[in-house]
Amino acid sequence: MPTALFVTCLNDTLYPGTGQAAVTLLRRLGVAVDFPQQQSCCGQMHYNTGYRKETAKLARHFVEVFGEYDEIVVPSASCGGLPSEAYESAAEAAGDAGLLRDVREIAPRVHELTQYLTDTLGVEDVGAHFPHRVTYHPTCHSLRARGLGDRPYRLLRAVGGIDFVELPAQEECCGFGGTFSVKNGAVSGAMNGDKARHVLETGAHVLAAVDNSCLMNIGGRLTKDGHAVRTMHLVEILARTEADGPLADVPVARNGALR
Amino acid sequence: MSKTFMGWPTFPKAAETATADEQLRANVRRATHTIRTKRAALVEERPDWQDLRDTAAALKDDVLAHLDTYLEQIEEKVTAAGGTVHWAADADEANRIVTGLVRDTGESEIVKVKSMLTEEIGLDGALEAAGISARETDLAATIVQLGDDLPSHVVVPALHRNRSEIRDIFAREMGKHGRPAPEDLTDEPEELAEAARLHMREKFLKAKVAVSGANFMVAETGTLCIVESEGNGRMCLTLADTLISVVGIEKTVPTWQDLEVYLQLLARSATGERMAPYTSTWTGVTDGDGPRAFHLVLVDNGRTRALADPVGRQALRCIRCGACMNICPVYERTGGQTYGSVYPGPIGAILNPLLKGADDPQTASLPYASSLCGACNEVCPVKIRFTDVLLKLRHDVAEGDAKVKHRAEKVALKAVEGVMDRGPLWNAAVKAAGTAGRLLPKDMNLPGPLHGWTDSRALPDIPKESFRSWWKRTEGGTK
Repeated sequence: MPTALFVTCLNDTLYPGTGQAAVTLLRRLGVAVDFPQQQSCCGQMHYNTGYRKETAKLARHFVEVFGEYDEIVVPSASCGGLPSEAYESAAEAAGDAGLLRDVREIAPRVHELTQYLTDTLGVEDVGAHFPHRVTYHPTCHSLRARGLGDRPYRLLRAVGGIDFVELPAQEECCGFGGTFSVKNGAVSGAMNGDKARHVLETGAHVLAAVDNSCLMNIGGRLTKDGHAVRTMHLVEILARTEADGPLADVPVARNGALR
Repeated sequence: MSKTFMGWPTFPKAAETATADEQLRANVRRATHTIRTKRAALVEERPDWQDLRDTAAALKDDVLAHLDTYLEQIEEKVTAAGGTVHWAADADEANRIVTGLVRDTGESEIVKVKSMLTEEIGLDGALEAAGISARETDLAATIVQLGDDLPSHVVVPALHRNRSEIRDIFAREMGKHGRPAPEDLTDEPEELAEAARLHMREKFLKAKVAVSGANFMVAETGTLCIVESEGNGRMCLTLADTLISVVGIEKTVPTWQDLEVYLQLLARSATGERMAPYTSTWTGVTDGDGPRAFHLVLVDNGRTRALADPVGRQALRCIRCGACMNICPVYERTGGQTYGSVYPGPIGAILNPLLKGADDPQTASLPYASSLCGACNEVCPVKIRFTDVLLKLRHDVAEGDAKVKHRAEKVALKAVEGVMDRGPLWNAAVKAAGTAGRLLPKDMNLPGPLHGWTDSRALPDIPKESFRSWWKRTEGGTK
């Protein structure tokens, strides 16, 4: 049975490179990957805005699309967390006992990608090479809801040629929060401004995270302010090997030393 | 007339003003970071911190499950100890009771111990309307009252003020209400504290009536407890002839032994101290010691409403330490007044809708005043799962009983969902996005409610080829 990739709607439409990197990396690690074409959205935006009955419909769809797979891998801590964090409440709000049973059954098989690498596959050095200065933002969902701990750091530190710098005040939220960024644009913008400033303080040329939603937020601010820092999902770094060479248009880290 | 939060704008509206106030943001940032750093160091030195939190949460849940029994026990014990117990269903009733009790003493100038509950019910305004001047004696509460300001934090109500602003308030206002500030007052903390001390001492020595709240009520003996840093509370609690304590019904703990759990958690969480400098307890009245008359006003004011919410009721565990606001990235950028309530920050975002119902636009905006980052969950000494409650309250607004509804948003999200749970439709939509994306300039400003995004961010590039198109074209990346 191949492992199913739930790419997420955001990655599908805006960050296809993240999905492609996930496929490349998983295959390199000997995992057979399938992409069920009927998949859509986890319902994060609906759930976090309060629409549990709408979320239940997407949960039903998720179960129908992924029900037959033993392992479902998601390159996002927030979308990957939703089945275990929200689908039960959504099924309860919809009064759907069958759905409740199904989501309880499927939730343990849904894995955030970095956790899948370190815990299920048991790897840290994935054979990656990335000769650039990188900093990492632990998104709130990866840090507090999913409890990824030092897993992403262990994966990053094992990357060949990387110049890794810690992000100051990294545990602080970037201000995205889904519809929060639109409903409370002023506060969200103020939080994001501070996050972008910390990113610049590191002198990193690449900002990594395990959620492209947060990277879209921080990257949007950096771009608006005219800064050239590249945002990349962690898996896009892990997928690159020495044969790929350095990224075009991104300065190469001189000493390649770990910090 | 005392200021109130009546008619306050919704959170996003108020936040637009607050986030643009550089001085406010600097003051709040400095204060919250100072307290959160001190707290973190003191929590670190307790290996049993998580056990204490678990115990504190479990004890409060027991209290809330049997609140009626404990409250009757409190009434019985307080009465037996010579006190009088009054029951108030809401703010108006509580204010009427307290005003009547003060009137009966014939006094028109009284002192207060800092109490969030009396702020919640608007007691100062009610007393003022009855010709009674109630002066605050806590330093931060005094700064707020003298400045005709509103509180912005549950522990440090004047947290949004820096010392030079405080100097100006003291120099301008103290003389209008008693002993003036020294003419050469500077903004040195020692001088400010001394000016406040002298101003208040006059009031402590004159006042015959004091009003307090309480941090805890111990059911087994009917004992009330207040913890504080300055000693003003103890002056009020011991010097007055008549003491009126106005207390929310959820402040109950069953026994003295239970109290030890909270006393270990509260000061560390609130002010970053191992123990509060003053812990005062009193039981009814005692001959030859302290007040001659003691009244306990037990206030509901929405607490039984909150109790009826199976997810939301955990908010009633709150011991008002303020740790959630000190760690909150939203509070840090807006300060507390933006929440339009004496309870700001994460606890305010959940407690206000639970107490009042999300039936007006301001209250209904509060559950959305969070990025759901979850930092508050981790510091709460009584383990309130703020994000669970926020999400539940959003559900009440979106699909539940709350009277405020966001119709346009509901239609939009329903439409999106209608496409997403149908594979072919969603496939077509993703394809269309790639085409549309190429037509959108990166620096465009989105219209309507979506301007919240483009005000401070560029739009992401929309790639020509979605992941699913790539997968199809390359047969899963194999071609």
